[in-house]
Amino acid sequence: MELFNNLIFGFSVAFSLQNLLYCFIGVLVGTLIGVLPGIGPMATIAMLLPITYNIPPVAALIMLAGIYYGAQYGGSTTSILVNLPGETASVITCIDGYQMARQGRAGPALAIAAIGSFFAGTVCTMIIAMFGPPLAEMALKFGSPEYFSLMVMALVTAAVLAHGDMLKSLAMVVLGLLLGIVGSDVDSGIKRFCFNFFELTDGIGFVIIAIGVFAVGEIISNLSDPEERQVFTSKVGSLYPTLQDMKQSIAPIIRGTAIGAFFGTLPGTGPAISSFSSYMVEKKAARDPSRFGRGAIEGVAGPESANNAAAQCAFIPTLTLGIPGSGTMALMLGALMIHGITPGPMVMVQQPDLFWGLIASMWIGNLMLVVLNLPMVGVWVSVLKLPYRMLFPAIMVFSAIGIYSTNNVSFDVYLAAIFGVLGIAWRVLGCSPIPMLLGFVLGPIMEENLRRALQVSEGDPSVFLTRPISLAFIIATVLILVVMVMPAVRKRRDDIVG
Amino acid sequence: MIPGLLRNKDFWAGMMLVGIGAAAMFIARDYRFGSALRMGPGFFPTILSGILIAFGVCIMAVGLRSGEKIKENLSIRPLVLLPLSLLLFGILMELAGFVPALVVLIFVSAASGKEFRFMEVLLLTVTLVVASVALFIWGLGLPYPLLRGF
Repeated sequence: MELFNNLIFGFSVAFSLQNLLYCFIGVLVGTLIGVLPGIGPMATIAMLLPITYNIPPVAALIMLAGIYYGAQYGGSTTSILVNLPGETASVITCIDGYQMARQGRAGPALAIAAIGSFFAGTVCTMIIAMFGPPLAEMALKFGSPEYFSLMVMALVTAAVLAHGDMLKSLAMVVLGLLLGIVGSDVDSGIKRFCFNFFELTDGIGFVIIAIGVFAVGEIISNLSDPEERQVFTSKVGSLYPTLQDMKQSIAPIIRGTAIGAFFGTLPGTGPAISSFSSYMVEKKAARDPSRFGRGAIEGVAGPESANNAAAQCAFIPTLTLGIPGSGTMALMLGALMIHGITPGPMVMVQQPDLFWGLIASMWIGNLMLVVLNLPMVGVWVSVLKLPYRMLFPAIMVFSAIGIYSTNNVSFDVYLAAIFGVLGIAWRVLGCSPIPMLLGFVLGPIMEENLRRALQVSEGDPSVFLTRPISLAFIIATVLILVVMVMPAVRKRRDDIVG
Repeated sequence: MIPGLLRNKDFWAGMMLVGIGAAAMFIARDYRFGSALRMGPGFFPTILSGILIAFGVCIMAVGLRSGEKIKENLSIRPLVLLPLSLLLFGILMELAGFVPALVVLIFVSAASGKEFRFMEVLLLTVTLVVASVALFIWGLGLPYPLLRGF
């Protein structure tokens, strides 16, 4: 019964006029961004973070979360209508979605994507509400050694499972941790790696790294892309799926939701891997696999449910443990920290309105997506025609003002320019910047926990192996590393991620 | 085939990591290392730098054995002009005010694109400047002078 009381409390928070408004804005902006190819959710959230400085943390998180799953949803619209994935998670939707559109069935494809996403969103809201509190309660009993080992596990898993070179991703995590401890040391007050810049005393601003690497970096790499994008839009037609469509989609939607919920909760794997896996599963489960690639509605229903489920369940470790599993979740944690909230299990105890309000708002947001977006497809199609050369200067304007307004110093803007160039260098060298961002967010917390753990154990590092929970995390970390190094698994992972 | 060192992706990635790690370790010498029981400010950074160097060396070794070639074709234009536009924005915010900083930012960043149509950029500039002033200065109340010295 407590579950329902909590949810009712959550809805009472989410239904305040202000929160509804921010949820709406978030979902709307998110869809817009998701529809536009070339602007990812990472860049958008980074760019809009500074706007949330002046609004209460609950509203800020509700809006940012809305942008995140709205973008997920918008991406599918673009995939189906013009065969261009708005972002990576919807690459797979292009295959059958676009074929359906070419057969004049864009409407049903969009509708099924929306219904599947809404179903996944509803289930995941329940999952978070059910598993969040016990998880946080467990985490509250953790001491510093457990926390440290948990963070090691999360960072290693995220680096190892994510797309890209394993060694480089691990190295980028370490680089992120190093960047994270720039600034004055909490223990001794000594300024570390500040190069006599007083602006660095409080550390490198989260927004600076996020915008520099992800927004500016993304524009540079888009502009370097020799391909010119051309948009062919097809007619949407009737929106209503037939009874046959619905029947065929039920099982894929349920399976996709389960797959997405699983991968979304794990660190490192997110919407992209979920939708790929769901597609594979549907193709295997189908009686006639040859239909796939020629407009099979299961190929839209499954992956779309999966990526939305994953997007939502990613909030479980982020909100209950304070540990981000993906780049976007690191941005969410960053947003919490900017609002002066220390992420971790205490959030649920100290700010129940934040946790439950956010969860309830996600369900409302998903409903808004279905109700508002289907009729607005026409608007999204016209947005698609906006050329990129008009968009990126606007992104630069938002980014620059956003960074400058954080501390009102030009130094931050210069630093972001440097990180933009660094971000490109990393991309060219095949080093994914996302693990770096995860390390960056956790750096100071990790050092603090290491320090406390070693104080408790009187300097004995074996404390991480003698406490059972901590030992379990360490063993899990080693297991994941061993499994991923095995060539067979590695090959399979590369197949899935592509 | 192992690509030449100059275009060897893994080799350079390793080099970068070793370089950053070594620099960080060098700087961290000045911070008290302390002991495991009482970690000094130098403890964590020194260990991290060590790990970073180790990873860097491994990646360099991979590069020398079976490295991948750098294949991203970057255009120099956006790589130079976009950071430059931010730099100019920062300088002009201090010297000239919000509006001139934005105008320069938009023009320089628009110039980094493949196409630059003057009238279009002009129109975009006017729209974006008006929108930004309305949203950030009047709406959110950011305390920046629109034009300094007047």
